[in-house]
Amino acid sequence: MLGHGILHLHDRAPGVRHEESTVDFLTYTAGLGFAIVLTIVSFVIVKTNLLWGPGIPVGLIVLAFAQIGVHLVFFLHMGTGPDHTNNVVALTFGMMICFLVITGSLVIMTNLNANMMDMPHPLR
Amino acid sequence: MLGRLSWSSIPFDEPIALVAGGGAVLGGLAVLALVTVMGWWPYLWREWLTSVDHKRIGVMYTFLAMIMLLRGFADAIMMRSQQAIAVNGAEGFLPPDHYDQIFSAHGTIMIFFVAMPFVVGLMNFVIPLQLGVRDVAFPVLNSVSFWLTASGALLVNASLVIGNFSRTGWLAYPPLSELAFSPDVGVDYWLWSLQISGLGTLLAGINMVTTILKLRAPGMIYFRMPVFCWTALASNMLIIAAFPILTATMAMLLLDRYLGMHFFTNEAGGSAMMYVNLIWAWGHPEVYILILPAFGVFSEVIATFSGKALFGYRSMVLATLGICVLSFMVWLHHFFTMGASADVNAFFGVMSMVIAVPTGVKVFNWLFTLFHGRVRFTSPVLWSLGFMVTFVIGGMTGVLMAVPPVDFMLHNSVFLIAHFHNVIIGGVLFGMFAGYTYWFPKAFGFILDERLGKAAFWCWLIGFYLAFMPLYVLGLMGMTRRLQHVADPSWQPLLLVAELGALFVALGILCQIAQLYVSIRTRDQRRDLTGDPWDGRTLEWATASPPPSYNFAVMPDVEDVDAFWEIKKRQELDAVEPSYEDIEMPRNTPTGIIIAFCAVVTGFAAIWHIWWAVILGAIASAVVMMVFGWSEEREFEIPAAEVGRIERARPALGRAA
Amino acid sequence: MTVTSLADIAPHHLAPGRGGGGPAPTRIVVAYGFWIFLLSDIILFSGLFAAYAVLANSTARGPTGQQLFDLNTVFIETMALLVSSYTAGLAMLSAEWQHRSRFFVFAALTFVLGAAFVGIEISEFAGMVSEGAGPSRSAFLSAFFTLVGTHGAHVTTGLLWLLYMVAQVAVKGLRPAILQRLLCFSLFWHALDIVWVGVFTLVYLFGVR
Repeated sequence: MLGHGILHLHDRAPGVRHEESTVDFLTYTAGLGFAIVLTIVSFVIVKTNLLWGPGIPVGLIVLAFAQIGVHLVFFLHMGTGPDHTNNVVALTFGMMICFLVITGSLVIMTNLNANMMDMPHPLR
Repeated sequence: MLGRLSWSSIPFDEPIALVAGGGAVLGGLAVLALVTVMGWWPYLWREWLTSVDHKRIGVMYTFLAMIMLLRGFADAIMMRSQQAIAVNGAEGFLPPDHYDQIFSAHGTIMIFFVAMPFVVGLMNFVIPLQLGVRDVAFPVLNSVSFWLTASGALLVNASLVIGNFSRTGWLAYPPLSELAFSPDVGVDYWLWSLQISGLGTLLAGINMVTTILKLRAPGMIYFRMPVFCWTALASNMLIIAAFPILTATMAMLLLDRYLGMHFFTNEAGGSAMMYVNLIWAWGHPEVYILILPAFGVFSEVIATFSGKALFGYRSMVLATLGICVLSFMVWLHHFFTMGASADVNAFFGVMSMVIAVPTGVKVFNWLFTLFHGRVRFTSPVLWSLGFMVTFVIGGMTGVLMAVPPVDFMLHNSVFLIAHFHNVIIGGVLFGMFAGYTYWFPKAFGFILDERLGKAAFWCWLIGFYLAFMPLYVLGLMGMTRRLQHVADPSWQPLLLVAELGALFVALGILCQIAQLYVSIRTRDQRRDLTGDPWDGRTLEWATASPPPSYNFAVMPDVEDVDAFWEIKKRQELDAVEPSYEDIEMPRNTPTGIIIAFCAVVTGFAAIWHIWWAVILGAIASAVVMMVFGWSEEREFEIPAAEVGRIERARPALGRAA
Repeated sequence: MTVTSLADIAPHHLAPGRGGGGPAPTRIVVAYGFWIFLLSDIILFSGLFAAYAVLANSTARGPTGQQLFDLNTVFIETMALLVSSYTAGLAMLSAEWQHRSRFFVFAALTFVLGAAFVGIEISEFAGMVSEGAGPSRSAFLSAFFTLVGTHGAHVTTGLLWLLYMVAQVAVKGLRPAILQRLLCFSLFWHALDIVWVGVFTLVYLFGVR
């Protein structure tokens, strides 16, 4: 914060592009387009029979990840170059934690609930 | 008008609470009166309360931790005494209701208001100095973080005087902590003070990670950072990852209690087991948040006082990062007995054993650092050696309990109590005491009395073993934790030994208080004039003791690990005087302390259901943030001439005698 | 040793990714700090997601998602928030290109769309509560209201922040410090839309099956 302002050429702030250009406007618009399509597809596969029933949850998750990816790349300008390293590492670490918490909790709680004694009048 | 607050909220009918609370209030008032009479308010306000200097904030965190250690230890000695006395029908002096509050407060205070502030305070003080920069990434946020932590501490202590504390243990498991079984303010005190201080901790974590990753002196690539900075990085990454889980879980309990929701209730589909799962998903990383910086302190202390570079720098870094990641994969070992099936228990049992491996790597690296070094047995080194023996024992008992069938016998026995005190006292607290002694001269410009420091160490070491080794035996004999009275008289001899241990620890604490008093009184004879009293290796020792507000007049250029050692070796200390430039520093601001005030009001009002005050407090907090968020003139300049004057006034740099 | 120019720093110090170039500029420091704050916020959401996933079937013989959720409403909400994310991006672009009036237009659009999202959500909640399907009815509903409501509270906070930023731009112009704050806002707003992708998929789309 109080550095001498030595110009640091090799880092990029999250969410910032390198230079101004019309490419940026197109990037946002393309992102919006992809996101709209992915959203519509998600709703469609739930409301219709286009996808084989048991495959719907997997399909929805894939579409959700795809759309999150679209947001990250087109709106937040996440990239893979060396100037993005800190940002991507942070994101990866965060995603890993989310995965561990959600999946871990689901596995553990499902396992625990399965081992509970049957109640005479189940509450759920 | 005042919610459920009334005169009967003050414990007039409980003598111990009344005396303790009354004593605390009177003591606090006496301090305030002294400060007023001596005219110290302007100085305190200007130099400490509104300071955004990481060094000042670090000192305030550490000071808070030490004060709260006294409170937490008072709880401990009351518990030990009760258990030593209340055997075989004897009543003891603490009724169950009161005893339950004491053990709950003891754990809560020790973890959240002693260990965490101590660790955060040390990191705050040291990291920017070791990185060769002027302050952390967000100095005002740093101040806010400290004051939010202090607010939480104030609320916890308020429960001694107004109302009562929770009786649900330091983690408040439902359904006991739900409204149906804990309708009074106790659990609410616990929840609100931890939510407030938890926010402070999270913000501090963000601050530190940003500082370590984005603000380092030129040339300090990642693998030239001191190991303390690596462990601080891992610890703060864990803070960012884990504290939101605590916030979410406590929020859900708050919603159950305030809005009648059913996350963890017995009825309407709630799952108390889910609380245990989520709270430990935070709770396990929390203990690594505490221990990793302590590991960092030991790395610094052992290397410095062996006169050798730390053995195995890269493996230390990898071990640290390994522990960081693994700490999120073991949390079920805190509830093996809750009923998961064997394969799930086995997975987490194995992972809990795996996480011991990188710690083992670290211990070997420390030993190899000492080996063939010219070791100076100062008190920081004593704390480190004491740590290595004690922590290894504690770690081994942990690995023992990582075997689920063993844990089925030992879960929630005093064996468990002994284990975690073994690693927290032997690991975290010894580390903090080593760091406190090691960096004290840097902070205040004079060295602490060594004899009293060593006396304190021996008292603590003997006290720890006397207090907790009997608990291992008692746990194996079947004694459960949190007992207000003891039915089996054969346990009493061991409990008396444990009480003796607690008295030795009390003696150790007295030695530390005496050490501080004596050192301050004789400070002129123990001045650190060179800035480098220990012949240190890292950049903080390149500054004066205490450093000027800007730390480094000219940011050092780093070409090696152990940057300062290399500078000394190349004899660059007597180089030509550099040309100074104007230095921009952040202005002090009352934002932190004002937000803290609003937080205390809001939290207290929420606890007591004083809804209009909650709304006012929340609005006030928002207003303070908006006022601060509008401002732009947050820095001021120290002219180059002034910098030059300060630097030239410094006693000559030189190697330690 | 004094560092007086970039030339004093040997090239190896500037090795990308190894971070040897000295302290980063303020803009990067602030944006990175805010980025990891957002990641911590997403981890908070993951705690709420975990609770929801565990309690999704704990309806206590009360109303289920299938009975309560109206996918048409959710679709409209989703589109509103998505387009508002787009307009927020364009607002950011306009600000960086120093086009004040365009910034105000896109900021206004973002606000309106975001407010529509919140309005729809509030009416959805109110409807559910009036049917006796409030958060205290069952664990499932507690988890639903908390997860979706926390997201909605974040969006509402974002709207207030947007108003505050518009005021700052109006009074102070598009100075670097203001641009820095706008960058933080846009990161926040995009992140909220990312969380919403998770919410509408895992809560609503999974929930109606």
